[in-house]
Amino acid sequence: MNQLNAILEGVGSVVQLLLRSVSYAGTLPKQWGRFIEQCYMIGYTTLPIVAILSFFIGTVLALEAGYAMQDFGAKEFIGSLVGLSMARELGPMMTAVLLAGRVGSAIAAELASMKVYQEIDALTTMNIPAAKILVLPRLAAVLVMMPVLIIISNIVGWFGGSVVARYVSYVGIGPEAYFAALRHYTKFKDVMNGMAKAEVFGFVVVLVSCDIGLNTKGGPREIGAAVTRAVVVSLILILVLDYFVTKVLM
Amino acid sequence: MPEMSTEAIAACNKTRNPFTGAEADAVAVKVADLSKKYGDAAVLKNVTFDVRPGEIFVIMGPSGSGKSVLLRHIAGLDSPTSGTVTVDGKDPTLEATREHVRVALVFQAGALFNSLSVYDNLALYPREHRSGSEKDIRVKVMHALKILSVENTADQFPSQLSGGMKKRVSIARALVMEPQLLLYDEPTSELDPVMSATISEIIATLKNEYSVTSIVVTHDRALALTISDRVGILMAGKLISLGTPDELKKSKDPRIVDFLNPTIDVKHPRFKELETHDHDQS
Repeated sequence: MNQLNAILEGVGSVVQLLLRSVSYAGTLPKQWGRFIEQCYMIGYTTLPIVAILSFFIGTVLALEAGYAMQDFGAKEFIGSLVGLSMARELGPMMTAVLLAGRVGSAIAAELASMKVYQEIDALTTMNIPAAKILVLPRLAAVLVMMPVLIIISNIVGWFGGSVVARYVSYVGIGPEAYFAALRHYTKFKDVMNGMAKAEVFGFVVVLVSCDIGLNTKGGPREIGAAVTRAVVVSLILILVLDYFVTKVLM
Repeated sequence: MPEMSTEAIAACNKTRNPFTGAEADAVAVKVADLSKKYGDAAVLKNVTFDVRPGEIFVIMGPSGSGKSVLLRHIAGLDSPTSGTVTVDGKDPTLEATREHVRVALVFQAGALFNSLSVYDNLALYPREHRSGSEKDIRVKVMHALKILSVENTADQFPSQLSGGMKKRVSIARALVMEPQLLLYDEPTSELDPVMSATISEIIATLKNEYSVTSIVVTHDRALALTISDRVGILMAGKLISLGTPDELKKSKDPRIVDFLNPTIDVKHPRFKELETHDHDQS
């Protein structure tokens, strides 16, 4: 019963934070500096690890598909499998997981630290809402940067698949055939569906991390606990939302 | 440092009042039957007092007596378990109250924004509330830093400052808010005696020249008895005494006498008496 109460309280707190943040949406043009800073933190600093991970996801997909399909003589379809898998599922999902680990944890740590060391109280006495200057720019930044990360993730993943398709002996598919299959079966709608998923995942990761950080109570030990909670809750929500968003987008 | 506090503030007053606008009045604070519990622990027990507009009201008491919790209630950062706190007749926890009444709190540990430079810490409030151009803000910020003798720290980050400097920057940040009600949580702790005296002078100057209402939580006996209008003594969550510094000095209450003039008796140390007392009780 207590667990259920805690979950409902958490949901209520996140919804309240979202509504409060959205109510300050009009101030976003005046927070240009903070928005750019958050775009840098969320987008630019996450980009290398997203690219590396996506490249190897693409390679493994091509490798496994090539191994399984060689018996059926369907190796020409490797491009379509890698293309669709990256665009619809693995690109958004893995980017969101990386975002939770890298950005969500950093947000929770920063805001929890600000709460524990009374910086949030100082903002309150200054009549500067934390939702306005700490949460809103992050939410806006993740909405802008997630599509960029997904496009790069997809392209790098597709390229990774093509490298394996070309150079692994038992696959042996040239780039032309690989990308022809990819283009034929991977539609613009698939890429857009993946982006929509990524937007939902990214938004939820940032919102939940902000809420957990801002609700931290206690001392330095609780900062670490807040970071762990933010990552775990984000990962669970990504997986749960993945099913429902996929169902809706079908 | 000494030549700038009062003179500098007065000089600035000729152009634009750096602390309270001419139209802003000092505010009154009313605490009525305030009680606060955390779980089963009662931290404040039916505390009642008024702070008059423009007054310096000092709250003294032993560590753990609930002084900082009381200050957080007045700042609107905590809600009472029972009883009421009003600032200028309004509930301080409401955002609407903060929009009308400027309340600044100098936190015991400073509570400076670690990701911002000292300059940006001070400039945050005027920038967010659009009070003046960037040039006006710079003048105001540098003036506040100069009053507290920390103008050289403008480009530094809080992590690069000593405890005392953080405290002074925190007071400077409060001054930039041009507050009508200034709350200080241990403003002179971690400061050397000269800087403690300077801080006391600044608090008194803000009252004398700008009618800022000040509530000071402190252990600093000199500050309390020199510049305050009234002093409240809080012990174990209860307000046991309220009066002027003169009345306090004449008090015969042994708890107050011992608190204000503690003797150091190495032959009969207090902690041994307490140990004996505890042992007898058990």
